[in-house]
Amino acid sequence: MLVSYNWLKEYVDLDGIQPDELADRITKSGIEVEGIESLSQGISGVVVGHVEKCEQHPNADKLNVCQVKIGEGEPVQIICGAPNVGTGQKVPVATVGAVLPGNFKIKKAKLRGEISNGMICSLEELGVDVKMVPKEFADGIYVMQEDAEVGKNALSYLNLDDHILELGLTPNRADCLNMIGVAYETAAVFERKLTLPKPSLNESDESASDYISVKVDDFGDNPYYGAKVIRNIKVGPSPEWMQSRLISAGIRPINNVVDITNYVLLEYGQPLHAFDYDQFGSKEVLIRRAEAGEKVMTLDEEMRKLEPHHLVITNGTKPVAVAGVMGGADSEVSDETTTILLEAAYFKPSIVRQASKDLGLRSESSTRFEKGIDRNRVYESANRAAELMAEIAGGEVLEGIVEAGPRFVDPEKVIVRGERANKVLGTNIETKEIHEILERLGFSYEHENDEFTVEVPARRTDITLEEDLIEEIGRIYGYDKIPATLPEGATTTGGLTPSQMKRRKVRRYLESVGLYQALTYSLTTKKKANAYHGLATEEEPAFISVSMPMSEERAVLRRTILPQLLEVIQYNQNRQLNDVAVYEIGSTYLTDEGNLAKHPNEHQKLAAIFSGLWHFHPWQQEKKPVDFYVVKGVLDGLFKKLGVSGRIEYQQVKREGFHPGRTAIVLLDGKQIGVIGQLHPADQKEWDIKETYLFELDLDIVFDTDVEPVVYSALPRYPSISRDIALILDQDVSAGEVQSGIKAAGGELLKEVSIFDLYEGEHMDEGKKSVAYSLTYYNPEKTLTDEDVEKVHSKVLSYVKEKFNATMRG
Amino acid sequence: MQERLMTLQEEAVEKIEHASSLKELQDIRVEYLGKKGPITEVLRGMGKLPAEERPKMGQLANEVREVITTKVDSKQEKLEREELDRQLSNETIDVTLPGRPIRQGNAHPLTAVIEEIEDLFIGMGFSIAEGPEVETDYYNFEALNLPKNHPARDMQDSFFITEDLLLRTQTSPVQARTMEKHEGKGPVKIISPGKVYRRDTDDATHSHQFMQIEGLLVDKNIRMSDLKGTLTLFAQKLFGEEREIRLRPSFFPFTEPSVEVDVSCFKCNGSGCSICKRTGWIEILGAGMVHPNVLEMAGFNSKEYKGFAFGMGPERIAMLKFGIDDIRHFYANDLRFLEQFKRA
Repeated sequence: MLVSYNWLKEYVDLDGIQPDELADRITKSGIEVEGIESLSQGISGVVVGHVEKCEQHPNADKLNVCQVKIGEGEPVQIICGAPNVGTGQKVPVATVGAVLPGNFKIKKAKLRGEISNGMICSLEELGVDVKMVPKEFADGIYVMQEDAEVGKNALSYLNLDDHILELGLTPNRADCLNMIGVAYETAAVFERKLTLPKPSLNESDESASDYISVKVDDFGDNPYYGAKVIRNIKVGPSPEWMQSRLISAGIRPINNVVDITNYVLLEYGQPLHAFDYDQFGSKEVLIRRAEAGEKVMTLDEEMRKLEPHHLVITNGTKPVAVAGVMGGADSEVSDETTTILLEAAYFKPSIVRQASKDLGLRSESSTRFEKGIDRNRVYESANRAAELMAEIAGGEVLEGIVEAGPRFVDPEKVIVRGERANKVLGTNIETKEIHEILERLGFSYEHENDEFTVEVPARRTDITLEEDLIEEIGRIYGYDKIPATLPEGATTTGGLTPSQMKRRKVRRYLESVGLYQALTYSLTTKKKANAYHGLATEEEPAFISVSMPMSEERAVLRRTILPQLLEVIQYNQNRQLNDVAVYEIGSTYLTDEGNLAKHPNEHQKLAAIFSGLWHFHPWQQEKKPVDFYVVKGVLDGLFKKLGVSGRIEYQQVKREGFHPGRTAIVLLDGKQIGVIGQLHPADQKEWDIKETYLFELDLDIVFDTDVEPVVYSALPRYPSISRDIALILDQDVSAGEVQSGIKAAGGELLKEVSIFDLYEGEHMDEGKKSVAYSLTYYNPEKTLTDEDVEKVHSKVLSYVKEKFNATMRG
Repeated sequence: MQERLMTLQEEAVEKIEHASSLKELQDIRVEYLGKKGPITEVLRGMGKLPAEERPKMGQLANEVREVITTKVDSKQEKLEREELDRQLSNETIDVTLPGRPIRQGNAHPLTAVIEEIEDLFIGMGFSIAEGPEVETDYYNFEALNLPKNHPARDMQDSFFITEDLLLRTQTSPVQARTMEKHEGKGPVKIISPGKVYRRDTDDATHSHQFMQIEGLLVDKNIRMSDLKGTLTLFAQKLFGEEREIRLRPSFFPFTEPSVEVDVSCFKCNGSGCSICKRTGWIEILGAGMVHPNVLEMAGFNSKEYKGFAFGMGPERIAMLKFGIDDIRHFYANDLRFLEQFKRA
């Protein structure tokens, strides 16, 4: 809402209150002033001039040589190129030495040999938004009203000596979507006197009810409808003061009838509609629900298809307007209109909201209906508009208003208790102060014991509960006067849940081993959502799509984080940042339903992605590119941190998007919790990135599993004995499998088995490899002898020979 | 004999002093103190001396031996140190060469800000509550006093999935869910951080996905002054001890009264700068007293219980704290951006 300081001054005594202070205090008490604009924008030296003579320039077709009187003394010569300049006009003149917006200084000039002492201005040159300039002046200078006094400052005639306050209104304060509402608020904040317009009408003897009847089908949809008839209207431009007020509020002047309805909309917040009575098509207004498939051509010349949940104004047979949203083209006011049917009504907010949403029509009117207008000001607004039509459009107002529904309703009563207010606010506001605050707000009330029974004015639709009144008392009292205290009550320990603690642990671990945390979007493309989930095809879950995506890029909820992390690699490698190791913890969304009827499964996942060098220390020639085992090492360390490493298994698999020979699923207690591998080289090429490795884990499963508590185990008291063995194995036998085989065969005495060498290639038979294991034997009860060890060790050897077809090497 | 011993001592000391290597010194040791050395020889010849002179001479011989031994030992120590020094000076390295890099990542700046805030409130006895990002219309709107067709729904244009499911537009549904779980019994003290989604076109100041942190305290005697006190403490811990806060009336459907909370500018201390747009105050939070409808819908008796709630945007706080100028940086994951937050 744009509020003119000068206009507001008509209703509230603002003596001694500058626009800055007004903005500041209004903001502090609840209505944010988002900006103050000075309309003059530094303009000086612009006066009212009278064009006494206007002749064609001798040397230029499109220029005129004008003699303009700009005060006492001789007229000055001004060259003007506007097509609409003419003798006898009153015009705004920027005299020599004047300054226009943008610090544009006017100097004496010579145009094609003729002297020019200034400039006749268009509204645009005076800083008015080109969209607000009335059509007739859009391509030329502005022609002022005839009564403007020559030599006087032109800005005050054009209301350009004004300040505009831009209010950022929260949805509850629809009462300030009009000047009178803002005046009430200002008066309350500053404790100033309020003077509101009181429409007075000189009505003719003829009665409006002879011209029109009104019938409302359902008062639930339309609790009040009033119609006035005004005859002998002369449609034409509205006066300067009205035009300039509309312009300053961001509304373009059209003609006096439309301008009046817009003016009253701004002043009272009441949307009005003026029909051309002669084009209305009947003497009957009927407000009803639309029939399915019914159509109406609206003012913007669009054919609108209506639904039964839309409310329409009809002439008894066909719709002439969509209630509260837009009028019909057929009964639009034109230059030929002489008789006006003026509508002032109260429509149910939700029905207007639905229609304006369905039809994609948002207007100054529909927003006000939706947010709630002053039910008890509808009647007065109609009179105000009729008064203005008589005053400035020469209209004759017919007697009375033809109405359906009660003109006024009783105000709601809400009780507020002083003690409760103080308890909620934490203050000690005295009863006397509450009296004062309610009076400042202009609320009527009764007071008994500690109870204030407040009659809430109909303009304040936001006040329905005691808390609402407590807020009113608090904000007028001043929130800066509320003390700062700390809550009293039972002490709580607070803290993190086990899963939240584990998540922090995972983060710290990954960051300490060198990964950066990334944060990416949950919404992605269908293609990306379908990739790298690491599941076998038959397990694939269904998509979750947004019903009206803003773009294809953000249309589907991600099922895995990996594609987003591939984007991170791509982004960085495109910028020559080649060594990337990042992780992300976040939700992924899965559903097994074709049609989503309940919550999808939201899984907390951990994904990490690696590309380029893992270690690089140039001057010592150390260079270690990322490979599968670097990534697996990170994962192994993570499982140790989480206390599940003994229960983890890696199983070689082939998965879509992954390298067929370098991919494994990760299992916890035999259940798949994730995938690790190299990005398929074909995908790598498509992404245009370097060799890349990745993993993803379902953290919910990992975090939910029970973990043994930490128990100290005694330090070894006896020496252990190590034996190394090198086994020649078939290529397709996995080293890890043999390792677990050895461990199992070694029984209690075999404490540890580690792999310390792998040899493939030269000197090995085709299809064979050599893997060397180091076995550590230990007995916590006594010092082991060679015989003790030999007994177990030979058992281990024969086991691996038999089980894995292994032979001892060298 | 005595003379001989003294000469030997002099000779030996002279040689020891001139010895320039450990080898030479070892030779001197053997020469004088060895079993075939002159002192042993002297001692052997003692038998020829009269009995009364023997002890005296024996003592003298031992003294000479002692002197030589001490001299040799100390010379040896000296030579050894010189040897080591020589050796070590050959091992000198250029300490200005760079060290072997230790890999070190760090948290995303938004996580850093969120954790700092979480920890701050954990210290005041709050728990961390989380909830689903795909929410029902009920929890995202209705339970928060935003019935269907409420104009305030326009404040948050949402990504709907079905008629009833949507990407949550705020973390407030977690408040509703948590209160329900408490079955009408306080206190409820939670902080709920998380991702939220709104239909905004991404630009320097808007993002269709962003973070939010909300707090909720429901108990029997909660007052708006408690909200002011709690948030003052919060602002001081996050932005510095000298911070003050200012409450301005505002509107949120789920609180009544509702306020915007400004913190005095931490850059200029309120004198006015570009960060606070010359007002001395920075808008940081939205807050208010929990609306009685919200309490009732979640199973709390609003006559018995009151509460306060507040919410803020970690992006905004991170942008202010670190001077970041474009919200898209948080989601681009440029390594040159991420690595700047090691200390955060």
